Amino acid sequence: MISLALSWLFVIAFIIIMYIILDGFTLGVGLLFPWIKDTKDRDTMISTVLPVWDGNETWLVFAGAALYAGFPDAFAILMSALYLPLILLIVGLLLRGISFEFIHKASSSIHVWEKCFFAGSLMAVIAQGLVVGTYVQGFTFDSQTGAVIPHQWLNLFSVFCAAAMIIAYTLLGSARLIKKTNGALQERFFVISGRLQWLLLFAVIFVGIYSPNIINSQLKTWFTLQNSPFIVMFVIVSFMLMGMHAFAIKQRIEKLPFITLVGTFILAYIGFLASDLPYIVPHQITFMQAKADDGALILMLYGAAVLLPLLLFYTAYAYHIFSGKVDENKTEY
Amino acid sequence: MLTTLFLSRFQFAFTMAIHIIFPAFSIGLVSFLVFMEGAWLKTKNPVYYQIIRFWTKVFALTFGMGVVSGIVMEFQLGTNWAGFAKQVGSVLGPLFIYEVMSAFFVEAGFIGILIFGWNKVGAKLHYLATIMVAIGTLISAYWILSANSWMQHPIAYTQLADGKYIATDWLAIMFNPYNLPRYLHMVMAAWLTTSFVIISISSYYLIRSLHIEFAKKCLRFAIIAVMILIPIQIFIGDVAGVNVYKEQPLKTAAMEGLWETEKGAPTILFAIPSNTQQKNLFEFGSIPHGSAILNTHQYNAELIGLKTVAPDEQPEVWLVFFSFRIMVGLGLLMLGYAIIANFLLAKNKLYENKKILFLSQFMAPIGFIALLTGWITAEVGRQPWAIYGLVRTADAVSNVSKHDVMIGFTLIFIVYVIIFGIFYFYFLDKTIKKGPADIDSVQPFSFLGGGSEETGDKK
Repeated sequence: MISLALSWLFVIAFIIIMYIILDGFTLGVGLLFPWIKDTKDRDTMISTVLPVWDGNETWLVFAGAALYAGFPDAFAILMSALYLPLILLIVGLLLRGISFEFIHKASSSIHVWEKCFFAGSLMAVIAQGLVVGTYVQGFTFDSQTGAVIPHQWLNLFSVFCAAAMIIAYTLLGSARLIKKTNGALQERFFVISGRLQWLLLFAVIFVGIYSPNIINSQLKTWFTLQNSPFIVMFVIVSFMLMGMHAFAIKQRIEKLPFITLVGTFILAYIGFLASDLPYIVPHQITFMQAKADDGALILMLYGAAVLLPLLLFYTAYAYHIFSGKVDENKTEY
Repeated sequence: MLTTLFLSRFQFAFTMAIHIIFPAFSIGLVSFLVFMEGAWLKTKNPVYYQIIRFWTKVFALTFGMGVVSGIVMEFQLGTNWAGFAKQVGSVLGPLFIYEVMSAFFVEAGFIGILIFGWNKVGAKLHYLATIMVAIGTLISAYWILSANSWMQHPIAYTQLADGKYIATDWLAIMFNPYNLPRYLHMVMAAWLTTSFVIISISSYYLIRSLHIEFAKKCLRFAIIAVMILIPIQIFIGDVAGVNVYKEQPLKTAAMEGLWETEKGAPTILFAIPSNTQQKNLFEFGSIPHGSAILNTHQYNAELIGLKTVAPDEQPEVWLVFFSFRIMVGLGLLMLGYAIIANFLLAKNKLYENKKILFLSQFMAPIGFIALLTGWITAEVGRQPWAIYGLVRTADAVSNVSKHDVMIGFTLIFIVYVIIFGIFYFYFLDKTIKKGPADIDSVQPFSFLGGGSEETGDKK
């Protein structure tokens, strides 16, 4: 039944955007590490994400399992076609996760862990950029064997996407830190955000103009549909959000940058999804072709119906507990 | 030799072997914490508080390792085992989803309270969190074991025209009759493994006259636990073993090193089985009718030999044969140890007996080795099948180049060695050397102890 598959598709889409936003700012904090020289400031930065990073990363585990269970064919094709970027992603996340575990336990080796924290975050972000870039372009299949031609993830466009991803996550991390810190450190992040936002704008425009010319993809429908009121609205709202972000940075309004950026991320994500539907492997396999059988989908929807609201409640509660500015003390067990 | 299939199998075995250690240890530790925290709430004896605080630290570190190494397992199901996902994703997927959701439920809700919640929530709420984490880890393990049991004994499925398998009866799959003994065998293994770590560390302290009250309480609990657990474990293992023969007689043949079908087959104590020559190159010692009795509970039962199928239908016999022997041997060693230690404990001589304490220090790996060799027996014994009788491992592997797998594996290997091999043990060692907090600095929940913000940990 299409409604079952579509419902599960929404569940996955929701899980992924939760991951992008929550782990996005966590990764961003990692990317900002080399720019902050003072050890105490870096401790503060770590403290803003320490209580929540574990939960944030778990959304990715959840997304993976949800794709596996709901659309096994798509999982099989996508995961094996993106072999090396995904290995890079997990190795990056491993490094980062371990650094979290040890950064506040270590004493003499703390610098090693700080470097691992940055390197792991960077690897994970680059990998995600490569994955997104490749996915947008779609895959070419070998006409004889029917298998995906390997190493399609390595090209100029996906490398550009990786760079754009670094900018986007760093900005999100900076916005989060503006919200969570005070004084001179907060000022640093205002300055960083102020510069990075123009880079992001440039990247967005570049992707918007450049990509449809090299990609024979769904993105073209965007431009053939240019007159559609939905698209026009979409573009207007995106630019409004970015404008509000710039305004908030200029006026030093501390809560607004994060909210506007999250709005921008969600919009971009919806655009990304809408341009590929009904395909789950771009131009090749629709979600209806890739879906698991209905019995499996029903079983999982029951579980998700109970668990997702509960998880959202938990997550909100955890963020509530750790809301407000962080103090400079290290968090420990 | 270095094909994509071989490398992928090796990588999966390697990452799995490392991963399984952490959830098993976590399950055991949190169950131990449930007992100790219960004892503390009941008696208000600060030694128990000292115990929970110390082992919670070890638990936190271990659980974190389990989470990060678990991500690798999940991703590999797609990157390396795409054929597997395609063919049986509809059946195993929901089990994995429920596993992730159970784990997620625990993690999002209660782990934070368990680890960070001292002095932030009340004692009873904290205990509730500890119990919930224990239940959550046990449920999570159940889902994974039910997925594995379906791979060993697929039931309640049907095959579609395009070759994919779908489930016909979810309840039957979730409550696969073969799953219960296997699940209990695994949980018992987790508890035993943890008990031996506790025994080892407590003995380490006792022999150096450190943290004596703390160590005595831990040691006593773990030694009694082992005495209760090990006979049950041997019994469950036997039940599981009989099931194996019913469902997968070839696995039994590999475990026993039997090439020819034989009535009242003996137990061969030691041999060097060779797949290429289809026989045992060397045999030493045999117990008449041993295999028949062990695997069927009948004196003269006929056991099917490996040669009843073509060589490419047989598992790597030597690996199954040796793993099985190591597991059983260590199980018997545990039983012997438990009897001696409990005898000394009953006579009140355990804490003074330097010899047994000295030996006890080195017992920590024993459970882990038994656990890993048990899994090797089960998983390699199933080969060449990924899903027994349905999907071959060779058809389950992804269509990726061996160079990609090699690069990926190298990366994973390096990171694993650094992370798990060096730093986990480094920090574990540091935590152990530092020991539990001194008893007079321990401040139970502030409202009970009337204490300050002191967290009760050594800095």
